[in-house]
Amino acid sequence: MKITLDADKCCAAGQCVLVAPEVFDQRDEDGIVVLLDAEPPAGQHDAVREAAAICPAAVIEVHE
Amino acid sequence: MTARPLAVVGASAAGLAAAEALRRLGWRGPLTLIGDEPHLPYDRPPLSKQLLHGAWEPERLLLRSKDQLAALALDLRLGTRATGLDAATRTLTLDNGETLPCAGVIIATGVAARTLPGAEGLTGVHTLRTLDDALALRARLTGTGHRLVIVGNGVLGCEAAAVARELGHDVTLVGVEPIPMAAAVGTEIGELLAEEHRAHGVTLRTAAVAGFDTSGGAVTGVRLAEGEADAREREGTRLPADTVLLAIGSTPAVGWLGDDPALDTTDGLRCDAYCAAAPGIYAAGDVARWEHPVHGRPVRFEHRMNASEQGMAAARNLLAELAAEEGDQSAFADAFEGAPPERRPFAPVPYFWSDQYAVKLQAYGLTAGADRIETTVLDRAGRRAVALYGRDGHAVGVLAAGLPPRQVRGLRALIAAPVPWEEARERVRAATATG
Repeated sequence: MKITLDADKCCAAGQCVLVAPEVFDQRDEDGIVVLLDAEPPAGQHDAVREAAAICPAAVIEVHE
Repeated sequence: MTARPLAVVGASAAGLAAAEALRRLGWRGPLTLIGDEPHLPYDRPPLSKQLLHGAWEPERLLLRSKDQLAALALDLRLGTRATGLDAATRTLTLDNGETLPCAGVIIATGVAARTLPGAEGLTGVHTLRTLDDALALRARLTGTGHRLVIVGNGVLGCEAAAVARELGHDVTLVGVEPIPMAAAVGTEIGELLAEEHRAHGVTLRTAAVAGFDTSGGAVTGVRLAEGEADAREREGTRLPADTVLLAIGSTPAVGWLGDDPALDTTDGLRCDAYCAAAPGIYAAGDVARWEHPVHGRPVRFEHRMNASEQGMAAARNLLAELAAEEGDQSAFADAFEGAPPERRPFAPVPYFWSDQYAVKLQAYGLTAGADRIETTVLDRAGRRAVALYGRDGHAVGVLAAGLPPRQVRGLRALIAAPVPWEEARERVRAATATG
């Protein structure tokens, strides 16, 4: 699995961090998403798919 | 035996999330996604922000690429309106006359913008719900110095006012409520927003709208109702305008469901805690009014986050129901791969945000309908504040303006379930004391 972000679209909702905190974080100054792990291990895949599906700005793209 | 299709009516955020979840959870049978707009699924929040501003073009709003949609193997019916549903047989009727007997249906038809009498067909009077609406308003506001009157000072009106000021237009925001967004966030946060709008040059008026002045089929002004709340403003009951945006709320798109006694369509499609409106019939997103298991009452949210979350929940619970349904199961089993999901009540922590100028509001839980609100302004000029919303002795919602993300996420944890009011107050104080 590879993750790419379109961070310019991020609305700083932070839902990805709630769902997959080992893969996503937010910048302190404005809450914009930060990718911690672009190729997360298998144990994270379900959480990442959920984060992509739930993101209210369609920022997260998952390539499998 | 060939499985009947699952159909999702509504191809916006909730409908798309439902369709994706049906596939992700294992539905391999036919899947029909019906949308009345001609566009591929797109995102609505940017309509009143980046799209209206001109910073983004429509392609930027697409929720999924063509490749991503193709991977879902949808029977995608765009520009198609569902005109009826027979709940007992789960049969849809479409506006091309086709009838579509389904194994299950998820209704995500959203809401439609309210309008005012006399607005129809009047050049310069706009609503803002769809991409076409937003593009039409954007085209109307080409150049600078338009005289724009926005009727309605809720979230949409406020966001559009901020963008229009940034574009250099003369903006008057008219609301029947004296304080913007007060119904959603309370008077003190609303007053903070009002100050921000005034600081950016928006004229705020409190009045109902009685009608429009016109010339040659185009709007030239807005007439305010006599007896408006602030009597001092009564002298100017006509606001000149070349453009009017009606942002006076919306109505759930349930008319097409008719009066099927199996469905309750009072203020949205009524669902149980599992998002089920009837056997095999589910709803999600702005149109769904469901029994929130934590708050113990029916709620309906027109929030972007809820659309995705509820779409996914409705998909899960529909598949769980079909897997458990009595009768010939071979058709379902043939079209399904993997272990059927478990039925789960839909119990989200509601979330919404609003961007106006550089101010970002983020709220969790229930902020509307509170019987007590405690607002702490941390920095008036910087528009930094936190507010706690209570009902029946418990804190049920929280809102942050201008707080760092870690603190905002901490506030979410605080009201994920209703907390006794005093305990929540202490925790909010502790959570925001270090920022």
